[in-house]
Amino acid sequence: MKKTNKMSVEQVHTWFEVLRFASAIFIAFAISFIIISFSIDSPFSAMKNLFIGPLTSFRRFSTVLELMIPLTFGGLAVNIMFKANQFNLAAEGALFMGALVSAIIAIYMPGPSGLVMVFAMIAAGITGAIVCAIPGILKVKWKCSEMVVSLMLNYVMLYFGTYIFNQVARDPNSAYKASYTFREGVTLSNIISGTRLHSGIFIVIFFVIATYIFMFKTKWGYKLRVTGSNINFAKCTGIGVAGVIMSSQLIGGFIAGVGGSTEMLGMYTRFQWSELPGYGFDAVILNILAKENPAYIPVAAFFVAYLRIGADYMYKQSDVAAEIVAIIEGLVIVLIAAVAFLAKLKHKMTTKASKNLLESGGAQ
Amino acid sequence: MMSNKVILEVENILKVYPNGIVANKNVNFEVHEGEIHALIGENGAGKSTLMKILFGIETPEEGRIILNGEEVKIENSKKAISLGIGMVHQHFMLVESLTIAENIVLGNEPKKLIFFTDKARMLKSTKECLKRYNFNIDVNDKIEDASVGVKQKTEILKSLVRGAKILILDEPTAVLTPQETKELFTELNTLKKQGHTIIFISHKLNEIMEICDRVTIMRNGTTVDTTFVKDTSKQEISNKMVGRDIVLQVDKKPAKRGKVCLEAENLVYVNGIGKKALDKVSLKLRKGEILSVAGVEGNGQAELAAILTGMIKPVSGSLKINGIKIESLKPAEIRKNKLVYIPEDRMVNGCAAKLSITDNLFTNKIDYFLKKGNIFLDKKKINKQSEFLVEDFHILCGSINHQVQMLSGGNIQKVVAARELSEDAEIIIAEQPTRGIDAGASELIRRKMVEFRDRGAAVLLVSADLNEVLELSDSTIVMHNGKVNAYFRETGNLTVEELGYYMLGVKKQTETEVNAIL
Repeated sequence: MKKTNKMSVEQVHTWFEVLRFASAIFIAFAISFIIISFSIDSPFSAMKNLFIGPLTSFRRFSTVLELMIPLTFGGLAVNIMFKANQFNLAAEGALFMGALVSAIIAIYMPGPSGLVMVFAMIAAGITGAIVCAIPGILKVKWKCSEMVVSLMLNYVMLYFGTYIFNQVARDPNSAYKASYTFREGVTLSNIISGTRLHSGIFIVIFFVIATYIFMFKTKWGYKLRVTGSNINFAKCTGIGVAGVIMSSQLIGGFIAGVGGSTEMLGMYTRFQWSELPGYGFDAVILNILAKENPAYIPVAAFFVAYLRIGADYMYKQSDVAAEIVAIIEGLVIVLIAAVAFLAKLKHKMTTKASKNLLESGGAQ
Repeated sequence: MMSNKVILEVENILKVYPNGIVANKNVNFEVHEGEIHALIGENGAGKSTLMKILFGIETPEEGRIILNGEEVKIENSKKAISLGIGMVHQHFMLVESLTIAENIVLGNEPKKLIFFTDKARMLKSTKECLKRYNFNIDVNDKIEDASVGVKQKTEILKSLVRGAKILILDEPTAVLTPQETKELFTELNTLKKQGHTIIFISHKLNEIMEICDRVTIMRNGTTVDTTFVKDTSKQEISNKMVGRDIVLQVDKKPAKRGKVCLEAENLVYVNGIGKKALDKVSLKLRKGEILSVAGVEGNGQAELAAILTGMIKPVSGSLKINGIKIESLKPAEIRKNKLVYIPEDRMVNGCAAKLSITDNLFTNKIDYFLKKGNIFLDKKKINKQSEFLVEDFHILCGSINHQVQMLSGGNIQKVVAARELSEDAEIIIAEQPTRGIDAGASELIRRKMVEFRDRGAAVLLVSADLNEVLELSDSTIVMHNGKVNAYFRETGNLTVEELGYYMLGVKKQTETEVNAIL
């Protein structure tokens, strides 16, 4: 009896989350629509382009998937650190450095291209782990806020990376700021011709599954979740919390580094980033949307990627600034993160569900 | 004096929390003017929710509240106060750095020149108030220097000054010494004589029998019965409360003491504000005995437990388990010696509230629940264990996958106890293991501890509940001001009053008597 009671309340809650998500998106689009209406004459066609833009051609849809790859990597990296209750944002710097290191390896390392790529990815992962470990060490040793350190660290990494790039890899003959081209064949193979979709998508799928298993099926993931949920309790029951915090950043950094490498080897033939790519920051958005569940990170990444590609199409077709997407993203996140949004309705529904069960004799 | 006039009546209250838990349903009870009305029930029975509704902290989904014959809506605490309802919470709501007088008038201080508090008038009015209600405290003391009993009196006065006719006391005696409790009861009787109505929430049947006129019993969110205390018995009340017969006395064989397994010598700990929280504390814990550490809270017991479990490090002194030094080890390493710990604050140190019940039940023995290869969790084994513990410890929950934070306080405590007591522990450090939980759960946890003792485990019980100390322990030490004030090898001959004197430092044993423990 009792179980059915709880079940239906839980069903209400699940149903409600869907409703909340849908209305958040709807409101965000409605407000964006109003803003668009101010700037152009045909807001309807602009909105239409935003919605169906990515579906207008196969190539465009594949760009959504391409964009999903680095977003998902960043999301997973940050997810592991967030789950340990570490607000470490150095995934951004880790991804950047990972990309740079693998680019350098791709330019200079001799040997069969497959081996070079594996080596480049592992090296990128280790680099990323080192970058994310810096805020971790400072936190564990001296209780420095990992958020402040990591935010600053990202810029240190950008300029440090740019320095290395200029010293080691920059091609003086290139018309724009770029490195030498990667060695012939050192590139993740294209899986659908006519698009740029590369085999990195398999790597990212592997990491999503691995992260999920790590988080919920292994002892390390369990310790990490306990530590993240209540560090005092973890310590009290004999979990070595310092080790857990450190390893969460190392693993998160590793994933970010591999993500940078995958992006580099999949999408580019030479290193040409002169700014932080932003995937590490987007990762925070993804984690809010995915409610910090690694299984939902790719879904959130798809949503964000779809919006951005749609915005790009809208911009090209109807001359609406692509920045409108930043507004939509922001609104959706504010509404999703706002705990009290629609809380009254939720409570009414919960009450009703609980009461129905009471009346039908399913009392506790 | 008590009349038969109904001053407060609640009808068919329904309260559903956002997580879908029905905390109150079909709640009906009435309070007569000028009576002391007890409200008793197990944890999660809905007492606190009901009181929160009366004080405007929660709003009910359905039902009526009738005050003096008129239906009222109590939207917030301000409204409750204006209706003459006052509440003394279990955790005091006082400003530590202000004096008692300032706390009493806080919010409606007498003013002079608009901005400044009129100190003279403030003192005069608070003193008048003290006199009227016959309270004996110095209103110039700061709250931070005041004892728990005085703080509680301040809270009561605060409500009275604001015109409370109905006073709700949420487990007022949980933190008091027997002497303070006695004083409180005298004061409550004075208030009653002056026509105030008191709703008294308690788990302690003795107190209800002693001071209350009528008692309302709650079970599972519903009011079960209201009777005159004089027409009922302790056994009857507790049966109605739990819906089954409970043994009020834990049966206990005499202790068979074995060799010393935990040994502390001259432990000193200095806390954050430079006070010596522990001052050369030495003790020996033997196998097969329950050694209780009694004392008014804040006399070093918490620090002692934290040092014994490795959570904090002593400034000096030594600590040994089975002869091996452990004072510099981490909690994880100390636990390897089959030491388990039920911490005082279950929400801070005892559980991960956002994780599931299952996830909270094997944190201290992860290695035992792994598949071959020692990496992957054995979900089957974990769930089986979890189902077993939920059954064994009577943890009331919808499913083992629910978050711990959805449970009531008593059930969370059962989760903590189930996790810690379920393994073959050899040394048990239990810190206030039954604080704030109902008779049924307390009985269960106490019985378990005696079981472990009989199996040869050593139990160190830190408790402020003197009845628990007397009932459970074989030997007792009393702490006062960071020192061991008394040691009693046999708890059997002690009385609550006697213990109370040592807890307050009125009596003190000589060093030789205390050192008898060594």
